[in-house]
Amino acid sequence: MSFLEYRVKFAPTGIRKILYMNWPLVVLVIAVASVGFLMLYSIAGGSLDPWARRQMQVFGVGMLLMFIVALVPIWFWRSMAGLAYLTAFLLLIVVEIMGETNMGAQRWIDLGFMQFQPSEMMKFTLVMVLAAYYDWLEPKRVSRPLYVLIPVLLIVVPTVLVLMQPNLGTSLMLLLGGATVMFAAGVSLWYFAGVIALGVSAVVGVFTLRGTPWQLLHDYQYARIDTFLDPSADPLGAGYNIIQAKIALGSGGWSGKGFMQGTQSRLNFLPEKHTDFIFTTLAEEFGFVGAFSLLGLYALIIGFCLVAAFQNRDRFSALLIVGVAANFFFYIAVILSMVMGMAPVVGVPLPLLSYGGSAMMVLLVGFGLVQSAHVHRPR
Amino acid sequence: MKRTARDSEESNQRLNRRTLMLGGAMGAMIAVLGVRMRYLQVDQADEFKLLAEENRINIRLIPPERGLIQDRNGKIIAGNEQNYRVVITREAAGDVDLVMRRLASIIPMTAEEMGQTIKEVNALSAFVPVTVAERLSWDDFSKVAVNAPALPGVVPEVGQSRRYPLDTDFAHVVGYVGPVSEKDLEGLESPDPLLRIPKFQIGKIGVEKWMEDTLRGEAGTKRIEVNSAGRVMRELERQEGDPGTDIRLTIDADIQNFAQVRLGTESAAVVVIDVTNGDIICIASAPSFDPNLFVRGISHADYNALTENDHRPLANKTVSGAYPPGSTFKMVTALAALEAGVVNADTKVSCPGYIEFGQRRFHCWKRAGHGTVRLERSLSESCDVYYYDLAQRVGIEKIAEMGRKLGLGRKFDLPMSAITDGSMPDKAWKLDRYKQEWRIGDTINASIGQGYVLSSPLQLAVMTARIASGRQITPRLVRMVHDKELPVPDAPPLEIPPEYLAAVRAGMHAVVNGERGTAKSSRIVDPTMVMAGKTGTSQVRNISKAERDSGVISNEDLPWNRRDHALFVGFAPFDAPRYAISVVVEHGGGGSTAAAPIARDIILRCMSGGLPSLEAYPSSQRGRIETMLKELPLRDPVTGITPVKTET
Repeated sequence: MSFLEYRVKFAPTGIRKILYMNWPLVVLVIAVASVGFLMLYSIAGGSLDPWARRQMQVFGVGMLLMFIVALVPIWFWRSMAGLAYLTAFLLLIVVEIMGETNMGAQRWIDLGFMQFQPSEMMKFTLVMVLAAYYDWLEPKRVSRPLYVLIPVLLIVVPTVLVLMQPNLGTSLMLLLGGATVMFAAGVSLWYFAGVIALGVSAVVGVFTLRGTPWQLLHDYQYARIDTFLDPSADPLGAGYNIIQAKIALGSGGWSGKGFMQGTQSRLNFLPEKHTDFIFTTLAEEFGFVGAFSLLGLYALIIGFCLVAAFQNRDRFSALLIVGVAANFFFYIAVILSMVMGMAPVVGVPLPLLSYGGSAMMVLLVGFGLVQSAHVHRPR
Repeated sequence: MKRTARDSEESNQRLNRRTLMLGGAMGAMIAVLGVRMRYLQVDQADEFKLLAEENRINIRLIPPERGLIQDRNGKIIAGNEQNYRVVITREAAGDVDLVMRRLASIIPMTAEEMGQTIKEVNALSAFVPVTVAERLSWDDFSKVAVNAPALPGVVPEVGQSRRYPLDTDFAHVVGYVGPVSEKDLEGLESPDPLLRIPKFQIGKIGVEKWMEDTLRGEAGTKRIEVNSAGRVMRELERQEGDPGTDIRLTIDADIQNFAQVRLGTESAAVVVIDVTNGDIICIASAPSFDPNLFVRGISHADYNALTENDHRPLANKTVSGAYPPGSTFKMVTALAALEAGVVNADTKVSCPGYIEFGQRRFHCWKRAGHGTVRLERSLSESCDVYYYDLAQRVGIEKIAEMGRKLGLGRKFDLPMSAITDGSMPDKAWKLDRYKQEWRIGDTINASIGQGYVLSSPLQLAVMTARIASGRQITPRLVRMVHDKELPVPDAPPLEIPPEYLAAVRAGMHAVVNGERGTAKSSRIVDPTMVMAGKTGTSQVRNISKAERDSGVISNEDLPWNRRDHALFVGFAPFDAPRYAISVVVEHGGGGSTAAAPIARDIILRCMSGGLPSLEAYPSSQRGRIETMLKELPLRDPVTGITPVKTET
């Protein structure tokens, strides 16, 4: 496929590209990130340190990266997809080996100014490589078993590597993100139905055979699953976090306790309040109004992404945008379900809000790809 | 790879369709999240708000200040003192070992205590203060305060602690406080939340225990905000409680001290009652102990020393000791006989030194016999045969009835521990207790206060007060509660004809003042303070026939714990009785030699308002008495210090 397939002559060039970016999306991202700064400031007891200042710095660098990525033509990124995937894959193996030698779990590589998590990088390179794959593949063939097996391997191998770190949250995200791209690319629904049926029967099998001589897992493994599924059975251990999160959320009420007035977070009843549980602090201090507004902002970001995907007639671009949006969505859905007591405890950060360099940086690069696809879309 | 336009158009449509489906699914999920949010934050908000408040707010109790116990004139018997203590907090101390070593160099602390504290500090959360030392002297306390910069994490604190400034004088009456134990909480249906405070001190025995509710006061509360680790962040609200109520006893602390000191190292008890209103002026049991030891937590060595002492310092002999009253009981037999009409004051009984009933011969203490004895002489010379004769004519029922009328065999309701009923036996009592018939010998023994008759010094004092006043005096120990005088209990006249009481009182007068009275050497010569009384010597063993034949072994030759108890009851002044006294000296030998002199000194002290005047003593005894009084280690009325006896 040559570059000539794009109608380049109508695409903006040079610095003018900035004017053609999806600006509502940029504004929404800045707005949500700003809410994050505010919350980190509040959680630190009204101080920029230790989190808010650093988060703002990371965000600044990330925004710069986003603009740079956006200005680079999308076809360059498409051609880089395979290389990026390979790099991320190799880095995953490197941390895996380093983790072995360091006698423990290691998820990151120290870059000096920040710690870089290859698993974060894998999130979007996986989306890129899948989008490029389906762009290359003739649409008629997407549902043929061999052509389904290739993307499945592309997804499952890094997922297993991340799961071994162990990082259940991120591996789940990889799986869901990849599956979404396959779904959008038009892979027959029977495959999805088959996988879901298989998963359900496996779960049913595990549980119905429990207590019989043919049970599939050890008793202690069942016990772990029990706490995982029902944290309230262990109110001082895993359940404690969820109970306290629900109390923080609920006690926020309609309009919240006020900025920096959240008793649950200020008095340390909330765990991980600057990362996974940052939403509970927001909900406690700004109440339903604040929490629902944030949910609205997230919905808008996803909405704008999906609209951009509709507008884009380039298959790689559209799939890439859907992949990034889906990833973004799954993070939000999983962590919010968790803190509201609807899902078991899975540690994932809340996009744009939680403190953390890698996640923020990678997410902004992802939005940079979305912008690039948008700017360089066929017109 | 070349694609047709139709191909790409079709695939594009499919992509858009799938994207739309995804968008719909995401939208639905977001809607679910929104609904859940609304459910938690709007519908269930109140419930969660409550939980959040419970999380962060703790209610702590503020212990009230315990009420004071004072003597009848307001002198403090049990007070509260500042307890200077030092606490250490690990997180502020940093290097606990170093700080503790520095601390040990300025305040008294053993290496063992130091190790114990370090262990405790390291075991608890970093912010929990641990008490290093308590009850420091002001000097040590200020040393810690001055050296504060070198002692990070060490905080000097001031708390409240019970203190008994008159130490040994009131140990048995007032008792002591101690930390609440599981046993204290047993049987309480809804215990005061104060009792749940660790190491909260409550009365364990004596007035401290029995008037606990009055003394304790009401707890205050403070609402504090705590974080998830339990650290106190700030105080939100404070409500002060009510301090405990002060109590004034009827006891005069100075007289109590005199009595305690006068009893000295004897195993003895003395009770003085104000005949006009039943007030207990002094109630001392010797030897005594220092209740402050128990407040601080008594050491094993100290405790063992107290329990192993054969003089039983921990026992309150005044109310818990049940002794055969011996000859002090003879007034009861006499009054019963007079009231029954079997004798009058002039009835003559012949005493040959013994009397025979059936097979048994009952001896008088005077082997040669008293000859012809009338009531007055029967008391003054304590003739036993006279009472044997009366008793078998009156019968035990009448005697027991008279005893009970005079306060024997019953428990008086005083706020003190282990008050004994004593026993005032009759036929039904013996049948009930021993499943045996009453025998004439039992009556004979009872008539002179031996056998089954048992009474406490308090009961004997009440008996004497009733004989002296002719009214039903009941003893009381508490004079005022919270500056309000308690009403004096009614004391209706005894249902005994006054002339009988007068006859007995005349006999008691003769005991002390008569030419041949058994307590003649303990008489008071000051005509305004004349004392009447009765001596008693009660056996704690049977005298066998062999012993009697060979002549009774004198008390001095017996081991201490087999000697006779010495008793004396008395009242003064004779013309207008004011004080009634009873003295029991365990294994003291004879009542006239061991008990009566003590009684005289103490009752004189009551009437004198200071050290007894030598004028009140017979002139021949003044020299000896003067030396004795001078050597008593009395507490200085101003400084409250007891002089330490120096051996010369």
